[in-house]
Amino acid sequence: MATRLKDTDVVIVGLGAAGGVAALPLAQAGLEVIGLEAGSWLTRHDFAPDELRNNYRGWPQAVQKANQEIPTSRANASSPTGPRGNIHPMQNGVGGTTLHYWAQSWRLNPWDFKVVSETKRRYGASRIPQGSTVEDWPFGLDELEPFYDKVEYEIGVSGQAGNIDGKIDARGNRFEGARKRAYPMPPLRSTEFLEKMTTAARTLGWHPFPGPAAVNSRPYQNRSACMYHGFCNRGGCHVDAKNSTAVTTIPRAQATGRFKVVTRAHATTIEVDGDGRATGVTYVTDGVEYFQPAKVVLVASFTYENVRLLLLSKSKAFPNGVSNNHGQVGRHYFSHHQGAPVTALFPFDLRSWYGLPAQGVAVDNWADDNFDHASLDFIGGGNLWAMSDRRPITAAGMNTFGRVPNWGSAWKRFVKENADRSHSSYIQKTTLPYEDNYLDLDPTAKDPLGFPVCRITAEFKDNERKIAAFMQDKMEEWYRAAGAIAIQRAPVGGAMGVSTHAYGGTRMGDNADTNVVNRWGLSHESPNLGVLGASVMGTSGAHNPTLTAQALAWRTAEHVVKNWKTIARSTGATL
Amino acid sequence: MTFISRRDLLKRAAFAAAAVPVFRRSSDAFAVQAGPLENLTSEQSAILDAVVARLIPSDDLGPGAKEAGVVHYIDRALGGALASSRPAYASGLAALDRYARSSRGDAFARLSPTDQDSVLIDVETGAATGFTGSSAVFFNLVLNHTHQGTFGDPYYGGNANFVGWDLLGYPGVRTMVSAADQKQLEAGALKPNHKSAYDYDAFTKAGK
Repeated sequence: MATRLKDTDVVIVGLGAAGGVAALPLAQAGLEVIGLEAGSWLTRHDFAPDELRNNYRGWPQAVQKANQEIPTSRANASSPTGPRGNIHPMQNGVGGTTLHYWAQSWRLNPWDFKVVSETKRRYGASRIPQGSTVEDWPFGLDELEPFYDKVEYEIGVSGQAGNIDGKIDARGNRFEGARKRAYPMPPLRSTEFLEKMTTAARTLGWHPFPGPAAVNSRPYQNRSACMYHGFCNRGGCHVDAKNSTAVTTIPRAQATGRFKVVTRAHATTIEVDGDGRATGVTYVTDGVEYFQPAKVVLVASFTYENVRLLLLSKSKAFPNGVSNNHGQVGRHYFSHHQGAPVTALFPFDLRSWYGLPAQGVAVDNWADDNFDHASLDFIGGGNLWAMSDRRPITAAGMNTFGRVPNWGSAWKRFVKENADRSHSSYIQKTTLPYEDNYLDLDPTAKDPLGFPVCRITAEFKDNERKIAAFMQDKMEEWYRAAGAIAIQRAPVGGAMGVSTHAYGGTRMGDNADTNVVNRWGLSHESPNLGVLGASVMGTSGAHNPTLTAQALAWRTAEHVVKNWKTIARSTGATL
Repeated sequence: MTFISRRDLLKRAAFAAAAVPVFRRSSDAFAVQAGPLENLTSEQSAILDAVVARLIPSDDLGPGAKEAGVVHYIDRALGGALASSRPAYASGLAALDRYARSSRGDAFARLSPTDQDSVLIDVETGAATGFTGSSAVFFNLVLNHTHQGTFGDPYYGGNANFVGWDLLGYPGVRTMVSAADQKQLEAGALKPNHKSAYDYDAFTKAGK
């Protein structure tokens, strides 16, 4: 029997990118908020510049919950389940994966909200790929703009605006939707190689610009500027210049005196009453079970764990998992197609040993619907991105372009000359949801508590593979213009596998038959249960999801505050 | 149930006062060569030593994986982060030596470098017999760990005297790279910084 704890207004499950942001507007509005986090606090002492530990050994997590719940995956329902990974792409800790993520902080393009209607308008309904379940978002970019703005200033984002109130600034992204004001900080600094790539893009008639990053380009909110030391890729920041929620919104929410962080809390069930309203969350700490009652429950773990927690929370009201009476939990799943990289070899050193993956130059000429698709056989596109990121173990594992074996004296001579002469570009591409790509519970694999882990059944379809091939051409063109002498391309994509950019599964939309949460991020079936994170997103665009997940989280929290009386479950209700 | 304590908050605040971690001591301490074996047997160690000496040989370009202390790195890590690979090393090294004897007529460590390379090519391509599963899996395991031991932080017992980082031209672990440092690097004038991450005393030590 779980120990029943004192009632609170809101309980948030997961204090990462989304939950860590939502806590702030809730606590500032006067609500009592409890944040359940499976991990513990990590500080800058834990963030040694150590490639072996960060990039090969799964990072210094005090609590290894995520690594015990790595999803299984298979391409489709008739293919075998692949070998399970060793390291979950997400990690536990206050701040979650924002502690060690790359911190690229993009807004979506206006088209991403209107993929169906814009495709029909411009090219005809037949251009929506067969089998895709894509829908327009229930609102456009203009609705989310104030929340993007809010988060950019609250956590701190460095970047160059390209469109302020419709006025195009050629230094920034001319394809971005209108924003109300500039970024709070200028972009991260450039390098000789990034300048070379910028010049090459201009030569091609493209419009290069520095990408936005939740990393301080100058001191911000009494925290340091970036030190560019080269260990940001899956590394925490030793000077707190990476704007994780652990150093921004979470401490600010704590400072109100109304936000309590509960660490080492492993949530196991969202509890509901007979009417299907959420009553709170059961969690386990060191084998002891607790029940945290609340008037509103916000689920804010990663996509796989959000879906898994809903599916595992079965009750009389929800025999197939909470908020799943329409069978939509786990549907419309997709992960960002980043898996068809292009690698280039240059005849000169790139001097890329320092810097960070969020420090780079982008080209959006071939992203979203920024170019005419009339004579093409796909919709969507990709973001081209050249960054400054290299460390020695990874450099030694470089592509040898078929010129030498992978070991021995010839290999040694090759890496001595070329370790700093290659560059790889993963290229983020539009990925759509499809009828037969989904998440569910694995029939056999379980976590140490005995609960089934999440299972991914998903593969990239024709539209994604065609984008990949098209984007590889563009990337090769860019590299060649900058002086590359050899190019290698990876295959254009098959099974999706486990991803850091996992979307859907609890999609947001007005239609309860095809979406789990409404336009405010609250369940269609359990009105005081909200879902935060990229699991509510119905399209990926060509850009990183975190800032969008954070803007949506702030918006949901603000909606809960403004409509507290109608949303909150009344007090006195018993389990 | 654990709430964030005041003490934790104070600790965080205190550390925030130091702009950049301070360099503490020379990393010569990490250049010490292997002591007694911790996990491998002396027979296993001898075979592995001969293998890594061919994967990244010592030659006119400088020291190789053997000199970097890769066997020391792997031996220690098999009692820590690489513990799950212990059975693979035990059976893989024995199978490799058996294959050398049956196909080339002698223990791997006693073969000529040319014969050693031809054995390793068989192991790499999965053509070598007598392994549990494909020999290529074992080859990739050893090659990956050889890279880790040669090019990883010397804190873990490899990359002795920074030979791995010097081979690649990696200018070293720093806690701060100013715009001026980057310009120096671009001018080919930035001197290598021979330090381990854990020479900076701000950082909590990692496990082996």
